[in-house]
Amino acid sequence: MSTALEHPTYNYKVVRQFAIMTVVWGIVGMTLGVILASQLVWPQLNLGLPWTSFGRLRPLHTNAVIFAFGGSALFATSYYVVQRTCQTRLFSDKLAAFTFWGWQAVIVAAVVSLPMGYTTTKEYAELEWPINILIAIVWISYAIVFLMTIKKRTTSHIYVANWFFAAFILTVAVLHIVNNAAIPVTPMYSTSIYAGAVDAMVQWWYGHNAVGFFLTAGFLGMMYYFVPKQAERPIYSYRLSIVHFWALIMIYMWAGPHHLHYTALPNWAQSLGMIMSIILLAPSWGGMINGMMTLSGAWHKLRTDPTLRFLVVALSFYGMSTFEGPMMAIKTVNALSHYTDWTIGHVHSGALGWVAMITIGSMYHLIPRVFGRTEMHSINLIAVHFWLATIGTVLYIASMWVNGILQGLMWRAINPDGTLMYTFVESVEASAPGYFVRLIGGLFWITGMLIMAYNVYMTVKRREAISHPAPQAA
Amino acid sequence: MNNLWGDSLSSFWSAWIIIITLGTIGLSVWILLANRRTDKIPDAEGNVETTGHAADGIEEYDNPLPQWWFKLFILTVVFALGYLVLYPGLGNYAGILGWTQEGQWEEEVAQAEERFTPIFARYQEVPIPELAEDPEAMQVAERIYQNNCAVCHGSNAQGGYGFPNLTNDDWLYGGEPENILTTLNNGRNGNMPAWQQLGGNNIENLTQYVLSLSGLEHDEERAESGGNTYMAVCAACHGQEGLGNTALGAPNLTNDIWLYLAPGQTVGDSIRQTLRNGRNGHMPAQAAYIGEERVHLVAAYVYSLRLSN
Repeated sequence: MSTALEHPTYNYKVVRQFAIMTVVWGIVGMTLGVILASQLVWPQLNLGLPWTSFGRLRPLHTNAVIFAFGGSALFATSYYVVQRTCQTRLFSDKLAAFTFWGWQAVIVAAVVSLPMGYTTTKEYAELEWPINILIAIVWISYAIVFLMTIKKRTTSHIYVANWFFAAFILTVAVLHIVNNAAIPVTPMYSTSIYAGAVDAMVQWWYGHNAVGFFLTAGFLGMMYYFVPKQAERPIYSYRLSIVHFWALIMIYMWAGPHHLHYTALPNWAQSLGMIMSIILLAPSWGGMINGMMTLSGAWHKLRTDPTLRFLVVALSFYGMSTFEGPMMAIKTVNALSHYTDWTIGHVHSGALGWVAMITIGSMYHLIPRVFGRTEMHSINLIAVHFWLATIGTVLYIASMWVNGILQGLMWRAINPDGTLMYTFVESVEASAPGYFVRLIGGLFWITGMLIMAYNVYMTVKRREAISHPAPQAA
Repeated sequence: MNNLWGDSLSSFWSAWIIIITLGTIGLSVWILLANRRTDKIPDAEGNVETTGHAADGIEEYDNPLPQWWFKLFILTVVFALGYLVLYPGLGNYAGILGWTQEGQWEEEVAQAEERFTPIFARYQEVPIPELAEDPEAMQVAERIYQNNCAVCHGSNAQGGYGFPNLTNDDWLYGGEPENILTTLNNGRNGNMPAWQQLGGNNIENLTQYVLSLSGLEHDEERAESGGNTYMAVCAACHGQEGLGNTALGAPNLTNDIWLYLAPGQTVGDSIRQTLRNGRNGHMPAQAAYIGEERVHLVAAYVYSLRLSN
């Protein structure tokens, strides 16, 4: 009976595995975030131990939410979408299974090595060289599975979601390999092959494109399938998707130097980073418009469908943070915002508002389908999760705006005699209320994720109860 | 305007940057223009007919690009090209304004010097003991202290592990105005050699002797034996009575003040560690960072801490 619910030709097993791990790693990564937020309010929570100190847990948090939570979500949705839109089974079940177990092994290696203090010191690329080699192997396998599945499609057209997924997979492979090129010194220590400002530039070329391709292009692929599917409406404009896709991937490549304004990076490179970031505004918004306008004629569905609400609010936060990004890339704005909590707030309006919300909306659509159910166990709990996530995000980014601008202004304030008006520690003291509000926002988020885990558990369990009488239950 | 072209890049790389920058922008604009309009007819709801293909049931309208979005795209491109004319960006082309971040920095520093130097020049003429009694000057001095010195010596100037307390009237290099000024301007390098080679027994004896100098609990027998070693090895710097020597920066060992007492450590363990491994203290020369005018003011501030004691 349960096999009848299973699509005969698609490989849903790997999708199910990645979907479940998306929820698991989401909870792990965000719990780490809440611990870090607490440490900034109460530094005693570092516990005086090296393994639990902020400096070691912070890269674990970023790796867990970006690569474990976001990565698992991208694997799950891309494998699901490419099969359904190409109407063909994955190119290789074995290689797909390898990408699942390989990717989980990478994450476990991160969970062990980062608290032990092993780090390359490159942000979002902290993992040491043996783990990086495993990532490269898994990622190339992923590219083979995905691209070969497109190749053997039974449809004539390649759907737009797959353009974005393909661009994300190919670019991340290049970014990862180039930025992590290093000379191994010991089994867990290596030095970058680049030096000085070149090393910094390569790192932020990687770093910003990790945002652009991993956290934007990949999740736009998700958006292009799950928004029209959940809204049951056609995509607003095919030609808009063509224009914004090509413009986005061409321009994003240039934006990295805005992370290095007013540094040893040459003036010309800083300027190019800035102007390309500004040109990026329209291509970024193209995706938001295409998603939002797809809902025209289906807005009433938002009243009854909290899953669709997740997807739409994700697009709103996407639009907001892709406006904020180009503004912060302008040198005069950056001179105030750089090195402050504003940056952290900006990242999280993208990471929570866009990436996590579009993921959660997609998961609420995908999970019942790949587990052979028509819908989630409780629609009301999705609605509760939606409000927790939305309020949590707003608390987080609003408190970091306040803190960021406060810090930026305090650091540059001078007395009539030219001395600085505030010491650094005074700006830290002034940030404490904002850190507390941010912690509350994080607690909203983690509560929502736990509700999601319960909802997913009940959805999956219910299927087993129904399929129990069937002797051939899978 | 006479030198719009710098030479930080070779002409090949300069040309390469110009070509790929303008090429990327040009290609984006071409894609934008080429797809701007549609020749298909809108339906009753105002949507232009679909492209005809469906992916897993998802159809796609072929609506034209939204006008405001198209204009926004063009506007950002115009801004970008304008910026590249005015500012450095296209390879070695320096931009009409001749702006560089180095130039901006130099200009701002020069402006600050012009505004603030007279204030500090005035203070520099006042002798340190007198300046230390001037509340207004000390307010300015404290700000400089908090932003430059507090990171090591603490915001209450009570020091920390390896960083001298400035409020206890114990001066490694002397506490007179000229001593403080020298320390601040030129920095100090404190060096206590390691005495591992004396062997564990001697180190323990010396430890007990040094403890006895400050009147702390110690082993009489070992301290007596350590005293002999002290006279042979340590007295040259720390003095026969252990009162130290400010000319060398050798600490006084009789006042129960311990620079390298780690939190939670016993005094005995700290002395043993010092004897076995030696110590290196480093006070950076501040004249290079904040200038002699401000150093003068900070010296008065440190001296005022002594006076208030």
